[in-house]
This record gives sequence, C-alpha cells and structure tokens, in this order.
Amino acid sequence: MTLNDYRLTQLQWLESEAIHIIREVIAEFERPVLLFSGGKDSIVMLHLAVKAFWPSPVPFPVLHVDTGHNFPEVLAYRDATVERLGLRLEVSSVQDYIDDGRLRERSDGMRNTLQTQPLLDGITEGKFDAVFGGGRRDEEKARAKERVFSLRDEFGQWDPRNQRPELWNLYNGRHTPGQHVRVFPLSNWTELDVWQYIGQEGIALPELYYAHQREVYERDGMLLAVGPVSMPRDGETVEKRQVRYRTVGDMSCTGAVESDALTVDDVIAEVAATRITERGATRADDRTSEAAMEDRKKEGYF
Amino acid sequence: MATLLRLATAGSVDDGKSTLVGRLLYDSKSVLADQMEAVERVSTDRGLGTADLALLTDGLRSEREQGITIDVAYRYFATPKRSFILADCPGHVQYTRNTVTGASTADCVVLLVDVRHGLQEQTQRHLAVASLLRVPHVVVVVNKIDLVDFDEETYERVSAAVLESARSLGLYDVATIPVSALEGDNVVERSSRTPWYDGQSLLEHLEKLSPIGEPHSEPLRFPVQLVIRPQQAAGDEFRDYRGYAGQVASGLVRVGDPITVQPSGRTSTVVGIDTADGPLDAAFAPQSVTLRLADDIDISRGDLIVTSRSVPPVTQDIDGTIAWLAERPLVPGAKVLLKHGTKTVQAMVKAISGKLDLDDARLLPAESLALNDIGHVNLRLASPIPAEEYLHSRSTGAFLLIDPQEGSTLAAGMVGDALLDTKAAVEAVAEATVLA
Repeated sequence: MTLNDYRLTQLQWLESEAIHIIREVIAEFERPVLLFSGGKDSIVMLHLAVKAFWPSPVPFPVLHVDTGHNFPEVLAYRDATVERLGLRLEVSSVQDYIDDGRLRERSDGMRNTLQTQPLLDGITEGKFDAVFGGGRRDEEKARAKERVFSLRDEFGQWDPRNQRPELWNLYNGRHTPGQHVRVFPLSNWTELDVWQYIGQEGIALPELYYAHQREVYERDGMLLAVGPVSMPRDGETVEKRQVRYRTVGDMSCTGAVESDALTVDDVIAEVAATRITERGATRADDRTSEAAMEDRKKEGYF
Repeated sequence: MATLLRLATAGSVDDGKSTLVGRLLYDSKSVLADQMEAVERVSTDRGLGTADLALLTDGLRSEREQGITIDVAYRYFATPKRSFILADCPGHVQYTRNTVTGASTADCVVLLVDVRHGLQEQTQRHLAVASLLRVPHVVVVVNKIDLVDFDEETYERVSAAVLESARSLGLYDVATIPVSALEGDNVVERSSRTPWYDGQSLLEHLEKLSPIGEPHSEPLRFPVQLVIRPQQAAGDEFRDYRGYAGQVASGLVRVGDPITVQPSGRTSTVVGIDTADGPLDAAFAPQSVTLRLADDIDISRGDLIVTSRSVPPVTQDIDGTIAWLAERPLVPGAKVLLKHGTKTVQAMVKAISGKLDLDDARLLPAESLALNDIGHVNLRLASPIPAEEYLHSRSTGAFLLIDPQEGSTLAAGMVGDALLDTKAAVEAVAEATVLA
C-alpha cells in the first residue's frame, strides 16, 4: 500500500464525519427526528443515516414541515422514499394553521417564514430532543456561525453569542427539559460536495433538479414557476423555458435557473462554474433583508 | 486526489485578520458575484472608495452593527489542488475559548502579526494555544508589510522574534510570510514588491502542507459508538449480526488483527470490517466503520477497542491541562462530567496545581481558574478510562469537562502535564518529530 491508500478523499472524509455525527446523536438522545423536505440536502442526510446504521434500519422518524406550496414532484418523492425505507413520516402543515386561524397568510403569499411555528409545535408534540437538519455552513453568513450541535431553548431560539464551544470531535448533546439540539451533519459540506456525492453514490433526486421545460415568469430577477399558488401578476409574461432548481422549497418563493444540465455530471459542471450562490440565485425570502436568515434562525427556524 | 485541510485563524484585533480571510477568498476566486455585490453595496453606503473585503466575513447583524466578531465562522474554499475548511476565530483577548475551539480540529493555524508591532502578548498566547493543542503546522502571516515600505530588515526582525518564541513553546513547523492582506501581496500570488523573499505565497504554502500525521503510524484506537444488532428487523441474513460501530480515532485495523477492549481488558480478533458499501480488508483513521469480532464478549458504547500490540493502561486519576471556558471559575472540589471518546464519567477536581502564564509558558500557583485560563488539574474519576497523554495522541488524550446540571461545556482538556515543564515538552516534541 502507498501512503495515499491511507488518506481519505474529501468526499470520504465528509461522509465519515457525517456518519460519526449521526451515530453520536442516536447514542446520546432519547427521541431524534430528521427534518425531511425532499430537497437534495435532506435526501443526502437520509442516505448517510441509512449507511450509518446498516444493516439495521434507520432508527428514527422523519418530519416534514409542509408549507402547502410544495412542488408535486417533491411530495411524490417524499412519500416514495418513506415507503421504500419503512420510515415513519410526521407532517406539520402550515395550511392547517392557516385554515384554523393560528397563522395568517402574508400579503406577498410567501410561506417560508410561516414554517417556524408548525416546526416548533411538531418538535414539542413529538417530544423530539434532537432534530437533524440539512443546513450547510457555506449556504449563508448566519449559517457560517452555526455549530454542528446547536442548542435551542424552549422557544427554539438560536443565540449566536452563547454557543457551546465545539472541541475536537467530542460533541456535547446535554440539555435540560424543554431544550432540544439541532444537529447539522452536513455542516462542512459545500453545494459542490453535495452534488459530487450525489453523483458518486448514484442518489436519485426529484426530477426538477435537472433541466426541463417549464412555464415560468420573471419577478425580481428570479424565474418563478406558474402554479396554483404562484400566479403571474399583471405585466409579467409567461414563457416556456428550459430550467432547473438549485434548491426546492416553497414554490411561491423558490426560483428556477436557466440550465441545460440534464445529468448529475452536467449539474456538477454547472455548479463548479457558477458565479451566483445557491440562495442568492433562487430564494426570495433570503433577499428581504441583509439578515433575513439570521433573524429567522433566532426565532427558531433552521 | 483532492484532500481537505482544516485551518484556524488567530491574531489580535487589528492585525487585519478579516481582510486577510476576505483577500484569500477573493483572490482564490471563492467569492461569488452576489456576495461581492453585497460587499460593494455596503462599502459604498459607508462612503468607502473600494470594496472592504473584511465585510465578506462579517456575518451577523450585531457584528456588523458593532464592528466586532462574536464567534467562530466557518468558510470553505478550494483550489484545483485542495479544499480548505477555515475556522475564522475572533481576535479579542477574551475570546481565547474560540481560538481553542478552532484550533482543536485544525491541521494548521494561520497566525497574524502586524509587522509594525511585532511579537505581541496575544501572539505568544496564540502560539501557546497552538502548541498546547498540538496543531501540526503554524503559518505566521507578517501583515501590513506595505506600511513599512516592504522593508526586508523589519520583516526579518519580526520573523526571528516569532520563530524564537515558537521554538521555546515547542513548535517546530512554523513558517513566516511577508504579506499585505489589504493589497494582496504574497496572499495568493507572489509579490514583486518583496524581491528579497524567495518563499511561497500563503496559498501555495497551504496547498503543500502535509495533512495531519500519518494515521497508520499510530496504534489503533477505536471508541465504540454503538452496538449494531438488527435482529429480525433486517431479515434472516442479519439475524445474528453483532457489530461495533465507530470512527477509527487513530491507527489502522485489519481483518485478523488481535484486539483488546478497554477498560475490561478482554481480548478477541477482528473477523470483519463492515460498511454499507461492503466489507473492507483494512480501515484507518478517520474512517467510520463497523467491526465484527471472533468472540461474543461484553462491549458497549464507551468502550475503546485497541490493538493488542499497544494497550493503554486504564486509570481513575488523571493529570490534565485544561482551557477553562466557562464564566464561573473552577475551584478544587468541583464535581463535573468528563467526556473522553464515547464515554462520559463523573469526575471530581481534586486539585488545581497551577495556572499557565502565557507570556513565558510557566506554571504559576493558582487557587482557581477563570474564563480563558489555561491550567493544570488533578481529577479523580468515578470509573476508570484508558487515557493517554495528549502529547502522544491527539485523539485519545483529549477530553471535555461538562456541567452535570446545565450540561454546558466547561473546559477543553488534554491528558498530561506537558506544560508543567516547557523544556520537557519541547524535548518530547523534538523526539516525536525525530521518530516520525
């Protein structure tokens, strides 16, 4: 064996670290849950969880905070995955909160900020003490400050001034009743790492991550899909374009990018060459202010 | 093969750390257009003529409002040769805890010094932390070289002082580079304005550093995280499956190797190394794998599987060097939890035998340890653990102290009294270097 045989590639290193983190949570917490949206990061996280416990099944349920504005392809993917892996699916539905008056629809129709309450209630009702999230530190400047194990109080709040030091790979998950810990196994991954890993592992994704024809209209520099919850306003023209999605969230505020990337390799090449960040390109909710993500995190969002 | 190198920054408040990190990201083309537009917009709003690259690393609302850095931020950038994870640590003296956080996982500390001020107390403090945590490489960026007209003599004087201080702390792999972070000299490209400097730019240097030691040269240490026992859940094929899941902390394990389990001392042989992708013949640090053994012995989370060729002794009494990270001081008699590998045990602080004077790396007598103090303590544990000197094992020599009530992390701990006698530490490191 040569020296290189004893070194891990970047993706092997990241995988190994994530599996270590996921196993630590199962060992030290009573009731973990994995936040699963059907987006690529949560799909990769679930793939890693399957690997971490093989040949045992994944020992925790998944929780989906459903904004009611989902892409149908993503919901279909979610249900098929849960079925295939024999997981229990919990759903916290924003629509339920709007229907019974606990939440009010915003004037702009965006629902991402409305997710916080259903998320926190879902955590409380499920008595979950550890919640896996697919957040990565390269996504956004507030996330760059996040620990792998992020302690939250009974309001789910993140206090960037009062984070636990995180030393070596000795994670401290201790918490008092009412508190819970958000855990981010993909903290050290970048968007490119995620795509390279998807390619390496042959992980199937919802089709909208790859280039396809779709009816879209332009608003605030973003291409929004025409759908029941995202209709063009006066003066906005609908065109059929070849697009794909870099993130899949709420349909009413997640934009598509023009793309010819039909395969994983095409996407990897595109991501490697892009000059725009993932969120800068496609998330209207992160554009509302300089600190939009930070403010939502402090309130208890991921 | 793309490898990953972990960096931590250190330096005093106004040494230009944020500017250096911004410059490194910008010149290595790791800043995307929308991020740069945001920086240009804020710079213009503030009436600055050019984009302030330091704003690339000013993350939080309150940081921007107060112009201070609150906590470690993690940045990611890559060159065709290597990917980097950079822990950007605040420079304030009172945030030594953040430097400890960043340095505990770092392969290299990038330490900034202002060429006009030379070696500062904070420089020595950060060198001491790098030495204490056994960070394999240190690069000292002698910054603001443009402000002394790229003068070679000034640089050489600062460089010599830093290297001497580093050596007295037992740090050998230390490089110094003359840099202007503001103007980009010797950050990514070598500068024509320092013709007397024939070394590499910072990025070239970072691309060529060897990653953390040769993992296979250390003896096998495998803390057991979980026992994998699927029983009927995974079907008949795995009905009797029993594997021990964990991440190899150090060394190499092969099928057929004789192993010992600590603290019980029971022995067996490795008959399988499993992953979801199929079995392996060998695994090495830091791979996450599952081991199967020939004998059905009692093993659970918290146990340490080691090679029978090198078995660490177990002990209930630990002498350790700790960095105290909590607001309230540590006093003798305190009851804490100690986390070592995957095991957490109760511990009592029997004595505080000294506090480190960071200026000359000597131990001074101390009654208590305050926030950010580094000191030496004697701990008595409720049950034995296989602890090894941190000086010889960065993985099994490290521990946390945890508050039993609140659960907060109180201290970063390193087994051994390496800093009791700096000279001994220096000699030990020199010896280890020769052996490696």
